[in-house]
Amino acid sequence: MIVGNRKSLEEIFGMIKPYKKILLLGCNECVTVCAVGGEREVGVLASELRLTRMKDGEEIEIREHTLERQCDHEYIDQIRPFVGDYDVILSMACGAGVQYVAEKYRTKPVLPAINTSFLGVTLEQGAWSERCQGCGTCLLDKTGGICPIARCAKSLLNGPCGGSSNGKCEVDKETDCGWQLIIDRLKELGQLDRYEEIIPIKDWTTSRDGGPRKRIREDLKL
Amino acid sequence: MKTKSNLERILESGGFVVTSECGPPRGADPEVIRRKGALLKGVVDAVNVTDNQTSVVRMSSLASCVILKEMGFDPILQMVCRDRNRIAIQSDILGAAALGIDNILCLSGDHQKFGDHPKAKNVFDMDSIQLISAVKTMRDDGRFVGGEEVKGKPMLFIGAAENPFGDPFEIRAARLGKKVRAGVEFIQTQCIYNLERFERWMEMVRGRGLHERCAILAGVTPFKSVGMARYMKNSVPGMDVPDHMIDRMKGVPKEKQPEEGIKICVETIQRLRDIPGVRGIHIMAIEWEEKVVEIAKVAGLLPRPS
Repeated sequence: MIVGNRKSLEEIFGMIKPYKKILLLGCNECVTVCAVGGEREVGVLASELRLTRMKDGEEIEIREHTLERQCDHEYIDQIRPFVGDYDVILSMACGAGVQYVAEKYRTKPVLPAINTSFLGVTLEQGAWSERCQGCGTCLLDKTGGICPIARCAKSLLNGPCGGSSNGKCEVDKETDCGWQLIIDRLKELGQLDRYEEIIPIKDWTTSRDGGPRKRIREDLKL
Repeated sequence: MKTKSNLERILESGGFVVTSECGPPRGADPEVIRRKGALLKGVVDAVNVTDNQTSVVRMSSLASCVILKEMGFDPILQMVCRDRNRIAIQSDILGAAALGIDNILCLSGDHQKFGDHPKAKNVFDMDSIQLISAVKTMRDDGRFVGGEEVKGKPMLFIGAAENPFGDPFEIRAARLGKKVRAGVEFIQTQCIYNLERFERWMEMVRGRGLHERCAILAGVTPFKSVGMARYMKNSVPGMDVPDHMIDRMKGVPKEKQPEEGIKICVETIQRLRDIPGVRGIHIMAIEWEEKVVEIAKVAGLLPRPS
């Protein structure tokens, strides 16, 4: 799922300063799974904002609403009946959701309550970890199912570098060395000979580097 | 011989080589490089210039190499993949060759978090093995990475680094094998303190015949103090400093520690010379360049062939 972390109350408070009537929008998908922008988090943030404004002797009206997701027209449409009652939309969705709401409600400022970070997995309750960089040319078949782009701090295709130590990355002793993981997996699969192959320089055109991306399926268009 | 490199020439003649390095200044004063260079006159066959080492911004390696070339040295241009994409890298390779630089050392590069600009974006468009391959393709095939013709091939002697003490140990010789297959011609290792572990790595390397396909230069760095020895043991990634060396440094009074560090370094060099497959020594006396001549002399490495 997409993982993010909530902006500080201080930052959010600064963003909503000019506004009195706020539509606080949660999302029921990724940000719910990583406990940053779902219905519960919407409730918590709304309380925090009300309390803070009250302490400052200032008014605030917050409507809390959680959509199924904010990356699809049909769900964003659901707020049309009441969006006009508010000065601003504060979205707890990922960056894609925030932008899509902004695209639909062009006369309403739409603010991001979270910092969208990565595509990742749930390690255990309360912990999520990055797995994919969306490079557009998946090479997981070559590396035992472990991605060197996302899990190596230097995205080396022929790692490890000289800074790998005891299975950890030089960047952080809590961070696994992606190439140690790959080598261990290749060993388990009986594929360590694959390590001898030189992976050639990458074509980054399918990645962010090639420019903003789109995917079309003509057969699905109406 | 493929290039005009002095390093290649001596290696080809079967000689045991000595290299060292110059760290460029954190400013635009060329005199710093000239002063460091002067300390190495007659001591080295070729001299490395680091490339924003540990991600700290310094005068560019290429500019510093040119200053050293003017002094009569055979510079080795260190180039990392952290800061430049393939366009800039190939451009700098052409520029280096045009300015008379004959050697390049292809490196991944320390992560930017170690340096003075940790907020920077990193590049890593390619890795060190792909960089070796790029230089070789430009030099021997006259082609850019993208396939177009290079009109005026850069004749550079191709080097890389390898860390015998990096993990995982079991693939370190295989990784060197990949570099050799990509086209590397000489290797400088990370500085060696754990001789026993280095000897095990050399055994694996010789087992694959890699010592015959590239020249391995063993890296050494003298300890200035027990504090430095401890720092290297605990805070530098991929470094292996055995406890007995820390004990040895601790065992002498503070003012005698630099001398003990030099002694350890000289002994290490003498043991390294006897290891089959080691074709030279790379002395990295970080911010202690004035000691390189003493180390080389006491270790019996002087005079250098002219």
